[in-house]
This record gives sequence, structure tokens and C-alpha cells, in this order.
Amino acid sequence: MSLLPLVAALFVTAVLFALFVASQGYPAFDALALVGKGAFGSTFAWQNTLSRAAPIMLTALCVALPARAGLLIIGGEGALALGGLAAAMVPVALAGWPVLLVQGLMALAGFVVGGGWIALSGWLRYKRGVNETISSLLLAYIGAAVFNFLVEGILRDPASLNKPSTAPIGDRYVIGAIPGMDVHWGLVWGVLVCIGAWWLMRHTVFGFAVGVAGGNPRAAQMVGLPVGRLMLMACFLGGGAAGLAGMLEVAAVHGDANADLMAGYGYAGILVSFAARHHPLGVMAGALLVGGIGASGSLLQRHLDLPDAATLVLQGMLFVSLLAFETLNRKGAQRV
Amino acid sequence: MVRFLIQPPCLRRWFSDMDGTLVGANGQTPGRDAISLAAIGVSKCFGELQALDDVSMQVDAGSFHCLLGENGAGKSTLVKCLVGYYRPDQGNFLIDGREYEVRNPRDAQHLGIGMVYQHFTLAPGLTVAENLLLARGDLPFVLDWKREKTGLSEFMAQMPFRLELGAQVADLAAGEKQKLEILKQLYLRRRLLILDEPTSVLTPAEADEVLGMLHGMTRAGQLTVLMITHKFREVTAYGDVVTVLRRGRPAGTGRVNSTSVEQMAEMMVGTHIHVAVERSQGRAPDAEPGPVRLQIEALQAENDRGTPAIRQFALQVRAGEMVGVAGVSGNGQKELIEVLLGQRAAISGNILVDGEPYQATRVQMRQHGVYSLPEEPLKNACVPGMSVAENMALRNFDLPPVSLGWETGWHVRPAQLNRRARELVEMFGVRPADPSLPIASLSGGNVQRAVLARELAQPVRLLIVANPVFGLDFAATETIHRRLAEARNGGAAILLVSEDLDELLELSDRILVMSEGVIVYEVTADSAERAVIGRYMAGHETHDKELVC
Ligand SMILES: Nc1ncnc2c1ncn2[C@@H]1O[C@H](COP(=O)(O)OP(=O)(O)OP(=O)(O)O)[C@@H](O)[C@H]1O
Ligand SMILES: [Mg+2]
Repeated sequence: MSLLPLVAALFVTAVLFALFVASQGYPAFDALALVGKGAFGSTFAWQNTLSRAAPIMLTALCVALPARAGLLIIGGEGALALGGLAAAMVPVALAGWPVLLVQGLMALAGFVVGGGWIALSGWLRYKRGVNETISSLLLAYIGAAVFNFLVEGILRDPASLNKPSTAPIGDRYVIGAIPGMDVHWGLVWGVLVCIGAWWLMRHTVFGFAVGVAGGNPRAAQMVGLPVGRLMLMACFLGGGAAGLAGMLEVAAVHGDANADLMAGYGYAGILVSFAARHHPLGVMAGALLVGGIGASGSLLQRHLDLPDAATLVLQGMLFVSLLAFETLNRKGAQRV
Repeated sequence: MVRFLIQPPCLRRWFSDMDGTLVGANGQTPGRDAISLAAIGVSKCFGELQALDDVSMQVDAGSFHCLLGENGAGKSTLVKCLVGYYRPDQGNFLIDGREYEVRNPRDAQHLGIGMVYQHFTLAPGLTVAENLLLARGDLPFVLDWKREKTGLSEFMAQMPFRLELGAQVADLAAGEKQKLEILKQLYLRRRLLILDEPTSVLTPAEADEVLGMLHGMTRAGQLTVLMITHKFREVTAYGDVVTVLRRGRPAGTGRVNSTSVEQMAEMMVGTHIHVAVERSQGRAPDAEPGPVRLQIEALQAENDRGTPAIRQFALQVRAGEMVGVAGVSGNGQKELIEVLLGQRAAISGNILVDGEPYQATRVQMRQHGVYSLPEEPLKNACVPGMSVAENMALRNFDLPPVSLGWETGWHVRPAQLNRRARELVEMFGVRPADPSLPIASLSGGNVQRAVLARELAQPVRLLIVANPVFGLDFAATETIHRRLAEARNGGAAILLVSEDLDELLELSDRILVMSEGVIVYEVTADSAERAVIGRYMAGHETHDKELVC
């Protein structure tokens, strides 16, 4: 696996971003330096980056796992929102139950709801021939609408006045920080899930079968593999990972489900998965990079008065140049 | 060092207009002489693999030159270097004694060198006429359709075989497409035509028609032909000179009329071998066919365009029996195989294996021992992005010893997978013998062997085979035919769908003829007559006698 396209893409992105910043009348080199500093320049920056990386590596799996089955899913944001919402309901319903049990059930609820949402795209593709990329994107919008409808409607906590939210999950059930760090345990969850996904896809019969179905569906049919079911499973697992990201955001960051949940992690995951060529371990490194870009936003804002959206521009540039350079390396892109 | 001067297209068109008469596409005058070709010390490596090693050969102007060699010998690589598809690492080519440099296929085209590839290069959505015009590549901005049409009709009138100019290419059968590929080259007035296994999709009669015409053109001095083939019959019938490659090196050359088939075969494999084309592959006379293994009843299926491809199809295959299905390609054979393999859903009808309904699930495949060798194995039976070893494990990656764990196993063990692949590669002579290579980098014949190895290593009870020796050299053909016969003699039921009548006559116990999606004729191997089968294949007798089976 060649790293050349990645390095080239990073370089081009840096140049483009510098030009963009300069064209707006801001000092280009300072901006680049601040991105580096804001992402990895201090313990505080690292902790900020790592906290953001946790959900991103999970939403990246929402692209990487279906990709192994030959599907391009880009609707992780919807699975994240609905998974988070489902998770937020668990402590409300089961208030008073043991902490670990409730957190486990929250994770399960997020996983199942997020997985089901993405599996819907897989199902539409398999049964109806609907393009899964388009359907998952549309489902992401529908998911966001459903989320808002419920959070501003029947699930709204009357006490949340100016920002519609569900009822708080309660301090007991909040996922805390890793001892000695200002990073929540969600990072560990994310890393473990990525390792698990890698093992599942690269070392198990299931992963092998998914790879065959994705690599050539006709050959998979010829050897009797249930192509449709494998696609569906891959979508379910991917969506489940995104739903889990939503659960972690609720349980470790927000304390309830509200519109802040939809902060674009679902879309950042697409970028990360492509950068990692859909490799479940590579996704962790990619998540650090993109998490770092996000973390540098506040520094750019404070020192240069650049708007927060500048980090989104940077992400977008990175994505486009990655795709462009990836075509130069088609061979490497074929295998997960 | 003289390099060819390539005229810009505009000039060439100008000259052709000056002529007054409509001549060939790129405006060269008719009756141009055939050109000669020499390869000098050509070498080409793919990574570690030396595909061509110092190959020199001479093709005289106006000759019909055949290129023979085992699968993976480097034949396709050599001609691809010649037409600029690959860059040779060393060596060069002389055209009419002059050196020239071909950097891409377009350069070769300008020199009057054309190539018909193993796979079709037509635009399926366009008509025959549009495909011919498109091939010219120097079309003006606005087409004078009337003029072009008359030009094309005149051209078609001179050809020994015709195609409807307005016909959609997607509607043509494989044989007709191949004819169109060749017509395209003639339309472009090639002076040297390279054919890479051109007859593998043609019936013997069609092959004779096409090759006979090209042969005639070489006699008239209009064309030089360089043909890659695995069929000795074609070499002896049409070839003047034969060159043999073995593992990337020239293994000998000689005039066809003074070289025996045995000598050619010997050059190909490097040892003395016996090419007995035995007809003794049939079942032992005393063996009784066993119970019915495969039964198809009233099967209906559609093709990709949604029109009926298989209509009320029925057949039976018994244990210990090989049933051959003959037919011109495009009469529903492809769809039939796809339905049996689970790659296409049937509209209606029953498929019974061992008397039980069969849906081509993995469990049923194992339970009834249903395996297959589909045609175009890279497309139908392999995952191109995976290695040879992984592809060889498609049947058993979920079984011990390749995988380990509860039930059928869930942990794939690469060491076991590779060990197994090395055994199979060894046993079936897949080359290069390195299972870690991506399967897409193997030559066509070796992909076929790899799939064959995987399928025949299973406990086969029913084997579904389509064009199994398509593109294989004679040694591999022998091996595969022998293995099929062995499997049948061992009690397996075999359904063999093939466009090669010789193969069917050699192997089958019973021959069915398929035309327009139905079986129109059935005959036992002993009483089969080539001419009668040929008539039914051509569809001449479909209408008066509807169903025989
Ligand atoms: N693009 C490629 N990359 C790597 N290896 C290649 C490539 N093309 C061909 N080879 C290897 O080069 C060797 C020669 O291949 P080639 O296709 O020329 O064989 P061939 O004589 O045409 O065989 P066949 O009769 O099976 O078509 C084979 O071992 C093949 O695996
Ligand atoms: Mg070849």
C-alpha cells in the first residue's frame, strides 16, 4: 500500500488552503502553523483532537464496512443522529438501573437503530436496485428531519427552553474521562471497535465472504454466497458503528440528544474512510488528522479571526485532493 | 535510422477526395501491398516475471503466419508490444525492413497494422454502420450520412459475409460480433492484421468462412496475417509459417507444410509428447447411466434486455452421463448457465437436483455436490482484486482446515489457505506458480486452470460446464477433457454447454441442440451426424419440428 497519494494530497491541500487564506487577506503561513498547533501542538490540543477523533473513526467505519461489500454509503450522519437519539431514551426509560447495564443498553440501542437505518439503504439496493449512495444521502436528510421532529415534539424535555433537547440522561450515566486525561472513554470504545472491525473483515469467514461479494458479486453467487444478506450485514454493521458514535456523543459530551449532535461527524467519516482506503485500522489515523483539523478551528478563530467554517473548507479541500490523487493509485484502492 | 512519416488526417482526407472515388477509410489507395514484419530481440518484464525474453521472428509480406504457444507463453504480450499497447523493455520491430517506433495503438494504426483482440471492442449501443465509421477516428465534424452509407454498402458488397448495416451491435450473436471486428479492420484497409485467438467464439463453419477470406486476401498480396491460435486444425489449413513461443522464448519456427502437428506440439511443451486426439473419451459401453441428477422442467428466463431467452426449456442429466448442449452462441446458453449457477433468476419452471428443488445456495451446492466451470472465468468465477490463493479458497474458506472454529468455522487461516493453493497450483500446472499474485495478472488460460483446480478439488456429483477449453492450449485442453471424462466415469453427472461441436462429439454421451432458447434436437453420441446437428444449430429445422426432447 503506497502512501504517496496521501502525502501528495496533504501537500496540495496545504498549498490550496494557504492560497485560500491569503486570498481572503489573512496571513497564510500563520494559518497553516496554527492548524498544526491547534491540532497537535500541546497536551490540550491533543486532548481536543482525540475527543473529536473518537466519533469520527466510528462514522468512518460506516463507509469502510459497506465499501468492503462493494457499496458506497455516505449517509452516516443520519445513523449517528438517530442512534444518538435512541441511546438518549434508554436512561430516561430505565432510570435507576445499574450504570454499566444502562450504558450497555444505550450502546445497543444506538447500534441497532443506526445499523437499521443504513441497512435500509442496503435493502433498497439489493431488493429494488436503488443506488445506495443516493439513498443513504437522502436517508441522512430524512433522519435529520425525523430527529428534529421528535426532539422538538414529543421527546422534548419541557425544561429545555431555548434549545430543544431530550431529557438529560442524568449524571450517573454519563461516560467520564479516561484517568489522567481530559478525553472521555469513548476514544477507547472507538479504537476497540476499529480493531474489532479489522479483525472481522480480514480474519473471519464472514469478512472473507463480504470481500468476495463486494469484489465480484457474480463469483459470489456462483459459489452460493448470499450476496444480498452479506451486503445487508455490512451495511448494518457500518450503520451500527455510526449509531454508536451518536451514543457516545450523547453519553460523553452532550448529556442529552439535541441538534448539536449533527455536527458533521458523519460527513467527516466519509473523508477519513477514503483517506484510509477503507481500511479499518487506517481509519484511526485518518480520524486523528480530521479531528485535528476540527480542533484547530477555535485557535484560528481566536488568533486570526478566521471564521469557524475555515476548517470545513480545509476538510473539503483535503477530500477533493484525496479523491484526485487516489485515481493515480487505483490498484491500491481495490483492496481493503 | 528512418522513421515513418505520419500524414496528418486532414491531408489524407484531402487526398482521398481528390481521387474522386471513395476509397478506404483513411483514404489509402486500394490494392496496397501487404507489409512484412520482423521482431528483433524483444524482451518484456512484468515485475519479476520475464514474459518475453529476446524474441525474434520474421513475418513475410503476404504470408499467413501462425503463432503458437502454451497458455502464458507470451503470445498476447508479444503482439501487444507490436501494436504499442505495451512498451517492450528491449528490442524493436521492423516494418518492411524499416525500424519504427510505436508508442501507442494509434501509431500502429497509421502504419496499417490492425489487431483483433480476444475480447470485443465494439460499442454495443451503436449500429454496425456507426461502429465501422467510429473506427476510422478521423470523422469530420458534420457527417454526410448519405455518402457514408453508400460507401459502406459498397464496401459490404465486396465482402464474403455480410452484416445488416443498421443492426444494433448488442443484438448480434458472438460470432457476428467477431465478424464485425474483422470487417472493421478490413474497412480500415489494414496491411497487416493481427488476430488473437479470433475463432474461439465462432463455429467451425464460421471460422472457415472468416479465415478462408483472410487467406484469400493474403494470396492476393493485399494483407499479411499474424494469427495467435490454439487450434492445430486452423494452422494446418491456413498457415504458411508457424512460430512457436515457449515460456517467453522462441522455441522454433517452420513452414507449415513441412512441420507435423506432433512437431509443433513438441516445440510448444519442449518434450516429446503424443497428441492422440482420441475419440475414446465416451463412456465405457457396459456402464449404465445412473439415476437422474439434474432435471430441468419448463424453465423460462429473460436476457439482460428483458426479452425471453429460455423458453419452456427441459432436460435431464443422469449420474455417470455427460450431456452436451450444442448451439450457436446467443441462443440462450449463457442465460441457462447463469440460472443454474444462481446468477440469474428464472421467471418460471423447476430445477431439481437429486429430485429436490434447487436454488443454488451454498448449502445445497455442498449437499448435492454441484460445481461448475463457467465461461469467462475471470468475470464469472473469480474476484479479480484477490490473489490466486484467495480465489482458490472460494469454495472452502468456511470449512476446516482453511477455517477453524465453531460450527463451520469462522476464523480464516491464511497459512492453510496458502498451503492448499500451492498444492492445487502444483497439481493443475498453474503458471506462474505463485499463489500470492493477484489472479487478474494471470494469462487467460491460467485463470481457467485455477478455477478448474478449485472446482474439481471438490467432491463433484453434478458439474455444470460452459466452453471449458475456450482459449486453452492443446495440452490444457487434453487435461481438462480427460478430467471431465474421469469425473463422469467416476459417477458425476455433467452438463457441458459448448460452441465447439468437436468437443461435444468427443466427450458427450448425448447431444442436445439449443436454438432460440429451446432444445430442438436430441441425439445419442453414437448416431450423431455433424451435418444434421449443424442444420439444427443454424435454426433451419426449428419451425417444422418443434420439440424433440
Ligand atoms: N499486465 C500484466 N501484468 C503482470 N503479468 C502479466 C501481465 N500480462 C501478462 N502477464 C503475464 O505474462 C505471461 C504471458 O502472458 P500472455 O498473456 O502473453 O500469455 P499468452 O501466451 O497470451 O497466454 P494465453 O494463451 O493463455 O492467452 C503470463 O505469465 C502472464 O501471467
Ligand atoms: Mg493470450
